Amino acid sequence: MNSLQLTALRTIWIKECTRFLRIWIQTLVPPAITMSLYFVIFGNLIGSRIGQMGGFSYMEFIVPGLIMMAVITSAYANVSSSFFSAKFQRNVEELLVAPVSNWIIILGYVGGGVTRGLLVGALVTMVSLFFVDLQIHNPLMLLLTLVLTATLFAAAGLVNAVFAKTFDDISMIPTFVLTPLTYLGGVFYSLALLPEFWQWVSKANPIVYMVNGFRYGFLGVSDVGIGTSVAVLIGFNVLLFGLAWNLINRGVGIRS
Amino acid sequence: MLALQINDLRKVYRGGTEALKGVDLHVQAGDFFALLGPNGAGKSTTIGIISSLINKTSGSVKVFGDDLDKDLVRAKSHIGLVPQEFNFNQFETLMQIVVNQAGYYGVPRTLAKQRAEKYLKQLDLWDKRNAPARELSGGMKRRLMIARALMHEPKMLILDEPTAGVDIEIRRSMWVFLKKINQQGITIILTTHYLEEAEMLCRNIAIIDKGQIIENTSMKGLLSKLNVETFVLDLPPNSIQPTLQDFDFRQIDDHSLEVDVPKSSGLNAVFSQLSDQGVQVLSMRNKSNRLEELFVRLVENGRTDNASAEQENNLE
Repeated sequence: MNSLQLTALRTIWIKECTRFLRIWIQTLVPPAITMSLYFVIFGNLIGSRIGQMGGFSYMEFIVPGLIMMAVITSAYANVSSSFFSAKFQRNVEELLVAPVSNWIIILGYVGGGVTRGLLVGALVTMVSLFFVDLQIHNPLMLLLTLVLTATLFAAAGLVNAVFAKTFDDISMIPTFVLTPLTYLGGVFYSLALLPEFWQWVSKANPIVYMVNGFRYGFLGVSDVGIGTSVAVLIGFNVLLFGLAWNLINRGVGIRS
Repeated sequence: MLALQINDLRKVYRGGTEALKGVDLHVQAGDFFALLGPNGAGKSTTIGIISSLINKTSGSVKVFGDDLDKDLVRAKSHIGLVPQEFNFNQFETLMQIVVNQAGYYGVPRTLAKQRAEKYLKQLDLWDKRNAPARELSGGMKRRLMIARALMHEPKMLILDEPTAGVDIEIRRSMWVFLKKINQQGITIILTTHYLEEAEMLCRNIAIIDKGQIIENTSMKGLLSKLNVETFVLDLPPNSIQPTLQDFDFRQIDDHSLEVDVPKSSGLNAVFSQLSDQGVQVLSMRNKSNRLEELFVRLVENGRTDNASAEQENNLE
């Protein structure tokens, strides 16, 4: 990568970070508040009556999934809203007329989304420390799942923004696809609790692999194989980055 | 050297609209070039293709010898674009907008900040550098887009109606600025609906209509094609009704006379006839902009020719 492209990448990343930091009350605070409520209601009040799950207290069990949920939502929302608003205000043209390669545009926006995702993840983790003593079983697995999930959903947010024609279009996927998949992705329960058929159905949900891979990093337990988790994450990353590159390269939604 | 070399450029939009039907256009380095045409003629499509915002259907575009198809990065680096519509992030500050734009062209941040100061000062926007762009007036927004386009110090600046909606004072200050940077060596391509602007600034001109170049010449050469000019003479109130031999003229009211003056006759004959009749002329002006008259005539002639050709084809 030459210095022009590196400077351009750094510029897009700084622009993206400046954007979400400027509106931190909308971008950083809400997930921390929502997750605190989850910790209090599900973890403390209801969790104390549930007892153990997967060999851990219910609070310990749900913390990794809730951190992951916040990371997924933030990484996705950052790129989908920022790129769509760049299309809407037409300032995406600033990038299109410049000699920035399409990969750099994708990496810059994804980088912004990942940064917000990780920052929100760190905030939620800090909040969770008020409720539970977190142990880290496998830091490498923890970091790998975290980063790969953030990049995957940031790239998915970009694909959504490329296709979106109205602001409704960028809220539809999170509402009707992302939220159900996350709630059914083993954040609040172990797949072992489900009948065999529903366990099988659940394993078609990619978020199961992300939540479980991440939970393995913290607790050392997982409903699915760790190797499979990493493979699913890599596979979906390749798929979504390929799709994003193809769309941006063809100028879908951004060039006539 | 050619700053811009367009050969047989065609664009067919999805849905079948043929916006460009084989445009050939050459602009010399250092030129101040006007690209004029009525709405929907193909100006913005041409500019969109040059600046990579629109994909061409066929043809070739070279910017300072670099082909858009073969060396896109170098070709793009030569161009600064000032689009017709405001296309910056309204929530970013002026400083962020111009510094980021420089970054997209690989200009390091420290240098970008120095250039931002230079261009924002030159365009009288420095005091507003930390204000969000949405707080600027229309004229300031236009100047911001010029500053942004200059941040990577391009060899060629393309301005798509840069003074639309700008008051006359700011428009004139923008003309002075554009003339200055052209004298410093930047090639400028300008589209505008203010034909006075094109006449004042540009040395060469192309007129595009219905996706084809219908005239491509020097401004002087084009204006010399105007055989007859119409002048409005202001006379003292209640003057006698004068008559003019060998000239078409109309008495507009009791103190205005409109005279068509062929270039071959000149104005002296008009004045001497009026003087002989004891009619005093207080002042005089062109009825309309000379380029405007030619522009309308060329576009109308083109359309009449096309209509006749179509009629002939239908008869066959």
